[in-house]
Amino acid sequence: MYGIEMVKGLLVTLKNFSKKPVTIQYPEQRVSQHPRFRGEEFSWYEERCTGCASCAKYCPLGIIEIVTDPSDTAVKQGDKYKLEKFDIQLFRCMFCGLCVEACPYDALFMGSGFEEGKYTRNDMIITIDDLRNSPKNPSTWYRPQLEAKNYDPRSGQQLSWKEVGRESWNWHKTEKAGMRITPDPKQD
Amino acid sequence: MSIRTEPMTINIGPQHPSTHGVFRLRVTFDGEDIIEAEPILGYLHRGTEKLAEERNYVQIVTLTDRLDYTASMTNNQAYCLAVEKLLEVEAPLRAKYLRTMTAELQRIASHLIAVGFFLQELGTFGGTPLMYAFRARERILDMFEMLCGARITLSYMRPGGVFWDPPSEFWSSLDEFLKEFPSDLAEMEDLLLNNEILMVRTREVSPLSAEEAINNSVSGPVLRASGVKMDLRVMDPYDAYSMVDFDVPIGSIGDNYDRFWVRMQEVRQSLRIIEQCVDQIEPGDYRLDLPKVLRAPEGTESYGKVEAPKGELGFYLFSDGGISPYRMKIRSPSLINLSVIDRLLVGWKLADMIVSLGSIDINMGEVDR
Repeated sequence: MYGIEMVKGLLVTLKNFSKKPVTIQYPEQRVSQHPRFRGEEFSWYEERCTGCASCAKYCPLGIIEIVTDPSDTAVKQGDKYKLEKFDIQLFRCMFCGLCVEACPYDALFMGSGFEEGKYTRNDMIITIDDLRNSPKNPSTWYRPQLEAKNYDPRSGQQLSWKEVGRESWNWHKTEKAGMRITPDPKQD
Repeated sequence: MSIRTEPMTINIGPQHPSTHGVFRLRVTFDGEDIIEAEPILGYLHRGTEKLAEERNYVQIVTLTDRLDYTASMTNNQAYCLAVEKLLEVEAPLRAKYLRTMTAELQRIASHLIAVGFFLQELGTFGGTPLMYAFRARERILDMFEMLCGARITLSYMRPGGVFWDPPSEFWSSLDEFLKEFPSDLAEMEDLLLNNEILMVRTREVSPLSAEEAINNSVSGPVLRASGVKMDLRVMDPYDAYSMVDFDVPIGSIGDNYDRFWVRMQEVRQSLRIIEQCVDQIEPGDYRLDLPKVLRAPEGTESYGKVEAPKGELGFYLFSDGGISPYRMKIRSPSLINLSVIDRLLVGWKLADMIVSLGSIDINMGEVDR
């Protein structure tokens, strides 16, 4: 009986021997991520951000630090605070994406990469300048308007702040202060 | 001539490749026979229950991912059910189906790990069955990445539904998976279920009687292998389980082979559930319109439980009216299933020790929390 099992096992081996390997030799070959992949290099649109710090409040680890300056300009209805500091401690981030979920103005997006390595911890803190200059390849995670456009962040196409909003979202109609996007009159 | 022998105590772990995480087992041997086994826990303690007391109800979902990291979906599900009970709301029907489907996909992935490592511990050469299991699991993780952007730490579910509808590519790849996976599974079953080496090594080794299993509050496949037909999906249906039809496979004597066999059969049943869900699911809401920061009334409490791949997973929540629970208690199946380890090991040989440990399918992230 032992021999039959041996033959059976070897037949499976033979069957798989003729198949294409499923493993991928990583640095040379790459698997492409799906559009919703929650990656590094947050895409942040300054034009959309009002400095409301919803992301900082909603972060389970509290790693986003936002400092705004209300005294710089007179804050009127519809205007926004001046942002002085927007630090994300990337080395503590677990990429849960709750900050993106919390953002009411579609200003913050997850990134699409995963291969960032730095030598010191200080380099792993993303500052406001890094966020301003980073490539804008937003992930479509929690952003159905990008999915509706069939946008793929790995294609390399960068999106400007005008292309990433969801104008018809309810919050934009109800929220008054700090609103940068005019609601679509047809929706009302 | 008689040889004078002394019992010898050996530490296995905490850093040992076959202990499923940082788990330490102090075993006393008399020759090759185990005469005493004592599990020592706490090396992966992260204080999840305490951390939950200072996070709001949605943020805790990310903590539950990290309990049993091979089955994040069912952890999310148990927690979300507990919060929904606390707030006295119910998820929309589409969300229920999506949760059921993803939880069953996760069950397949978790059982494939359990079966793969069980065979690895039996000494299968080069880990071939493990790699076959991982090949199939990889497809499930790929689908999870389409769904929620992560493979392990999913955070897919939210109190009141799921975070978003699946993208269109998810449905096509799920169809493809349902078409191709049964043949992969049949290949594994054909190779393993009647394999003589596996039978000799695992049949009638470390049996657990039904009485002993019930007395130790064991749940999940370990309990069902002992011949007790106890499955929360049938006995207390949650989400969409009352609307689907499936069998509960049970073993006979609860030996290592039965525990392995029950898991293999459950994968088939999970496939049946997913197929029915795909047929029955209809467009609709996927998430309740709840506030971003949830508050439960003061003094309310709830217990949400699901049949996780490893057994009954429960979350007990107590609210003091604030934005975070006053107390969150986790009833983790791995910890309670692990409590029978000395009954399984004592009286058996050294060679069966790791196999018996693998047959309970523990996950240290959940044991120590």
